[in-house]
Amino acid sequence: MRELLRHRLLWPVVVLVLLLLLNVIYNNGFLSIQVKDGHLYGNLIDILRFGAPLILVAIGMTLVIATGGIDLSVGSVVAIAGAMACLRISDLGDQGAVGGVLGAIGVALVLCLVLGAANGVLVAAIGVQPIVATLILMVAGRGLAQLITDGQIITVNSPPYKLFGGGYWLTLPFGIIVVAVVVVLTALLTRRLALGLLIESVGGNAEASRLVGIRSRGLTIMVYTFCALCAGIAGLIISSNVSSADGNNAGLWIELDAILAVVIGGTSLMGGRFSLTGTVLGALVIQTLTTTIYSIGVPPETTLLFKALVVTLVCLAQSPAFRAKVFHRRRRRPPAPAPSDEIDEKVSVAT
Amino acid sequence: MRSGIGGRPRRHARNPARVATAARHDSLAPATAGRLSRQKRIPPVLKRFATALVAGALAVTVAGCSSGSGGDSGATGGGGGGGDDKITMGFSQVGAESGWRTANTKSIQESAKEAGVELKFSDAQQKQENQIKALRSYIQQKVDVIAFSPVVVSGWDTVLKEAKDAKIPVILTDRAVDSADKTLYKTFLGSDFVEEGKKAGQWLVEQYKDSKDTVNIVELQGNTGAAPAIDRKKGFGEVIAADPKFKIIASQPGDFTRAKGKEVMEAFLKSNPKIDVLFAHNDDMGLGAIEAIEGAGKTPGKDIKIITIDAVHDGMQALADGKINYIVECSPLLGTQLMDLAKKVVKGEQVPERVVTEETTFTPEQAKQALPDRKY
Repeated sequence: MRELLRHRLLWPVVVLVLLLLLNVIYNNGFLSIQVKDGHLYGNLIDILRFGAPLILVAIGMTLVIATGGIDLSVGSVVAIAGAMACLRISDLGDQGAVGGVLGAIGVALVLCLVLGAANGVLVAAIGVQPIVATLILMVAGRGLAQLITDGQIITVNSPPYKLFGGGYWLTLPFGIIVVAVVVVLTALLTRRLALGLLIESVGGNAEASRLVGIRSRGLTIMVYTFCALCAGIAGLIISSNVSSADGNNAGLWIELDAILAVVIGGTSLMGGRFSLTGTVLGALVIQTLTTTIYSIGVPPETTLLFKALVVTLVCLAQSPAFRAKVFHRRRRRPPAPAPSDEIDEKVSVAT
Repeated sequence: MRSGIGGRPRRHARNPARVATAARHDSLAPATAGRLSRQKRIPPVLKRFATALVAGALAVTVAGCSSGSGGDSGATGGGGGGGDDKITMGFSQVGAESGWRTANTKSIQESAKEAGVELKFSDAQQKQENQIKALRSYIQQKVDVIAFSPVVVSGWDTVLKEAKDAKIPVILTDRAVDSADKTLYKTFLGSDFVEEGKKAGQWLVEQYKDSKDTVNIVELQGNTGAAPAIDRKKGFGEVIAADPKFKIIASQPGDFTRAKGKEVMEAFLKSNPKIDVLFAHNDDMGLGAIEAIEGAGKTPGKDIKIITIDAVHDGMQALADGKINYIVECSPLLGTQLMDLAKKVVKGEQVPERVVTEETTFTPEQAKQALPDRKY
């Protein structure tokens, strides 16, 4: 029981359950899932479906943050990926051609890889501060996306492309399956191989890692590239969901939501450790919060305040220092006035 | 970031030395001589380039002066074949944030060409400071008339005063400013968002005039706080308030985008079992909502009636396909009206303080007819 209470994912789970409960109080059928036209239909499916891009972006962001960096450019990459794919598809003679659509998706993702690598090189090889390096692409990328779309919204009418973010496969929305595959692959690669440990060590101390023989530069570049790839896939899901590319609005501010998801998930912004499960939970909390606002009808004027309150509560509940102060719990470690919760938690992880 | 602590100090320690050496080299005579000789190697190109630059700058200045001096400017030849009364207009656009805006820009540029108005166009990229800079430069160039779509509502008094002092008339397009002194600008040409909301409401009242049942309406608003969102909601609300059977059961912002429109509509569909009508503040949100409605196994346009505002191409297509029932136009094609107004104010004629863009409404049948020669 104490183990469970001290688990660092306890609080995001509690908030998630509370939010769902709140919804059930307002609308008894909130949790029901029906089968409609051969696919699953319900609020929970919606949360997963609309949360899918955020989960993807947040997964990439988690690894970047684990190296002690941050990637502000993901929102722009989301817009660029959607814009590029839709542009290529709209140029196709037959928009329903699977090969052509796959080609368009390929081109978009390769472009994202290049952009991500550029971020990584700026950070790792040239030594620009991550927040500045990625800020460049955050600003310029939006412009690039608008350049690609010519300032218009490109609408495509392509069933294969539609499947990617708006379609269903095995009764499940295809986007959810894509996200599940990416999450599982990432978890396997980072936790079953040494990769995760190496990333954490780069985040802990890049120079020390280099001295013990870890190629921290290569790892950093790889992580930024992976982050951009995730953002690119998210961009494809978002644009495919509405069969159009909006260079101006797609993925707007998603970088902030992603960082928030990572933080709610218990990953330290200082780098050095990360939790993929936590990030997925964090993203789900954010999406559930959004859906809750629409479902229970929070007045638009107070939406932001409501969101901020909930997020503040989650963060406070997660902070051991805060809990100790408020609940007057017996201190576990006598000399621990904990300058910050990250360090406090790191100790508890190490023991 | 702690990450680099191990490595960086050393690099920093090396760097100052390198910088210092470089500085010393710079100050040495041989280096300077080297640079000079390098310059000497390519003088013809440089010289030609410089000459071209100077000539260009002069030409711009001359053109600027000539067009500003009004009267007998045709003689200077800078304007390029323009008659005596050729008007120069400085226009500052908000940005290129949507298809609507792009159509707006094109309309103004084309109308200027047709009307023989020399247009100096600048894009503010949604930043007020860019726009103020653009307006100041127009004032310095002494254009005949300034037109602009203000990015935001407030903060224009100073620059508008400068224009007034320079005796350059100002026309607002599309968006208003909140200046208390109405003499700072000649007229405001643009859509009446309240009226658009009213038109949408009137159609709804007309559709359900024979019915006694409650009509459940959901509303997709624009960005919270944006003028079109506030005014369209207000106009629509005023009209339907006359009959208590019309009930807005849910109203949330969809930020004028398809993705948000779809997401919000999905939530509406699940929390409200019976929705009769959707009122979306623009076409894009309506288009997103259509997908959500179809996903819920309902038929947009039949099970749920849809009213939107804007009439952009994709929206008109959906209207022609019967997925949207009614669209109130919010036209970006105000170029011709703007040029007429500009000519009048330059001549010193009286113009009304508020000019509403010529706009209409579309039913599916009208949409089918209008679609082929729709410009945006």
